[in-house]
Amino acid sequence: MNGIVLLILIVGLGLIAWAVSRMRALGFRRRLGTRISSLPHHHGWYVALWTAAPPLLFLAIWAATSPALVTDMVLGTPAAAQLPPPGFERAAILSEARALAAGRAHGAFHTLSRTLAPAYDAAQARVDWIATAVVLMLALAGGTYAYLRVRPDFSARTRIERVILGLLLGASLIAILTTAGIVASLLYEAGRFFSVVPITDFLFGTHWSPQVIDPRDPGASLGAVPLFWGTFFIGAVIAMAVAIPFGLLSAIYLTQYAAPRARRIMKPVLEVLAGIPTVVYGYFAALTVAPAVRQFAVSIGIDWASSESALAAGLVMGVMIIPFVSSMADDSLAAVPNAMRDGSLAMGATPSETITRVMLPAALPGVVGGVLLAVSRAIGETMIVVMAASGVATLTANPFASTTTVTRQIVDLLTGEAEFDSPKTLAAFALGLTLFVITLLLNIIALTVVKRYRESYE
Amino acid sequence: MSIPKITARNVSVSYGAKQAIDDISIDVDMDHVIAFIGPSGCGKSTFLRTLNRMNDTIPSARVSGDVRLDGQDIYAPEMDVVQLRARVGMVFQKPNPFPKSIYENVAYGPRIHGLANSRAELDVIVERSLTRAGLWNEVKDRLSESGTALSGGQQQRLCIARAIAVDPEVILMDEPCSALDPIATARIEELIHDLRGRYAIAIVTHNMQQAARVSQRTAFFHLGTLVEYGRTSDIFTNPKEERTKDYITGRYG
Repeated sequence: MNGIVLLILIVGLGLIAWAVSRMRALGFRRRLGTRISSLPHHHGWYVALWTAAPPLLFLAIWAATSPALVTDMVLGTPAAAQLPPPGFERAAILSEARALAAGRAHGAFHTLSRTLAPAYDAAQARVDWIATAVVLMLALAGGTYAYLRVRPDFSARTRIERVILGLLLGASLIAILTTAGIVASLLYEAGRFFSVVPITDFLFGTHWSPQVIDPRDPGASLGAVPLFWGTFFIGAVIAMAVAIPFGLLSAIYLTQYAAPRARRIMKPVLEVLAGIPTVVYGYFAALTVAPAVRQFAVSIGIDWASSESALAAGLVMGVMIIPFVSSMADDSLAAVPNAMRDGSLAMGATPSETITRVMLPAALPGVVGGVLLAVSRAIGETMIVVMAASGVATLTANPFASTTTVTRQIVDLLTGEAEFDSPKTLAAFALGLTLFVITLLLNIIALTVVKRYRESYE
Repeated sequence: MSIPKITARNVSVSYGAKQAIDDISIDVDMDHVIAFIGPSGCGKSTFLRTLNRMNDTIPSARVSGDVRLDGQDIYAPEMDVVQLRARVGMVFQKPNPFPKSIYENVAYGPRIHGLANSRAELDVIVERSLTRAGLWNEVKDRLSESGTALSGGQQQRLCIARAIAVDPEVILMDEPCSALDPIATARIEELIHDLRGRYAIAIVTHNMQQAARVSQRTAFFHLGTLVEYGRTSDIFTNPKEERTKDYITGRYG
């Protein structure tokens, strides 16, 4: 509440600083009529930043530290002497008193919290007062300092540029730091898992049944090979058997044969496939494709075919990946210089000879890179397999049998009711880490291949 | 005057609404190299590309008029473009070897047209083509290396060898030396001298000294029309048209 008022105050002061310094800078221009290093609005922004940034920074730090400060103040009051020793009850009373003081709670469970509430009120008011005073002081000090530097020969422009550089750098760092944080948390949790289960049991064991774990030997039922196999089978074999031919052929048609008008219509339609939410693919797989696949299997004499077959999940996943493969192949074919195509056509080669003998070999590294990226997407795909693949880990190469995948198992493990530090739940992090490492490697290989290829034509 | 190999009569080409060349009539024969000269955008390359129907690859291009190869209308519906292009080869402005080995570059045409029955026959064709293109001695020990690893001049001679390998009757060259240094250019010019008589050759060039050195017939194009066409010696020493004179003396273009 108070924070919002302060924020508005800071922004208001910033606006005033902007307007005033801009006015002053406008005056320079009129008076001198000579070359100036910065435009009036540069000076405006410079002073506004100096006015608003320090108090904002202070507020950010204050928001993180002031609750502890308030609690310290409350503990210093005489009423706090009656509090029980540090522990769960003491924390509960304090948080209740805080809620009462802030008006978020109406009744209190502990009588003591009712006595402490006024102390909280007073402490909070003091802290808020300090914050307001510091904010005003910082804003005035910063604003005045910057305002005094506003002169015709002062280059506010380059300083604004530096601030923009800093902002851009900060924005990109946040994405990188988040990735690092995710990796760190995965590593930490996976490390806890591997302290219970030997890594060799996990990576090379062929028996996976996390529902029944023997506490004396948890590794015996946490062998992930069936999951890796199922993931590879559905994502890299069945899905790619659909996505590579259809994606590649459609790219060839669109780049080499289609009239400009056909291309204008067909390319966006194909790309719509990529925009369908994966959960929609999931129920399409589970409700439409899986029964059809089972029916087909039964009709050719395989009457034990599963209704959660690897084939159904893989087929739908392949369809989902088609636009991905197609657009990567499209880019690679388009990057082959037209001179190659003309050279071949001028030799009397037909369009299809030109494509198979010249265009595709030249575009191959790009196509391979695209396929690897598609594989890494397919094996990380979750929703389709959660809905259409089985939860039972079986080591089979029969497309009509049921198989499970790493992502499906992660979902199953984390939606159970087991406590958070059991080997069963921690296994999810080990699986996540493995998946992450594999897709990372695939992406690195794919991007290297694509990059090397691009360089050869520039 | 020898019997013409290609006769083009009243040829016009437009790209969409834009007229690129208008009413061009020229002959190409075996004994005389013919050079097409003129400022950029005058339509000389467009005309060259009508002679092997490479304009077909540009969807908006419309060709009218009559082009005959040995008296046969190459724009007739029954004309097989694949056969036509095997008979009328082309060398491009920028060397464009395929990203394959030197050997495979030259063997490409013979393979797709089924000219060799065995590997030994193919070897003979490759060696003969590279020899005629004046490249054999430089590459005979490294035929399996990539064609794109050669120098620019060597790449262009490889492209000429590639065109020769399918035993064409006509070779069209579209500014074949514009991306090359003077030494490589001189070698290509020598090569054109050597090839003359065996193939009918038409060459588009920006370089008037080059036209004077390599050709016996010259056609001067300007703004999509054929201004003057005759013996190279006449065009360069005694042009009939004022525009030709202005161009070859460097007054514009």
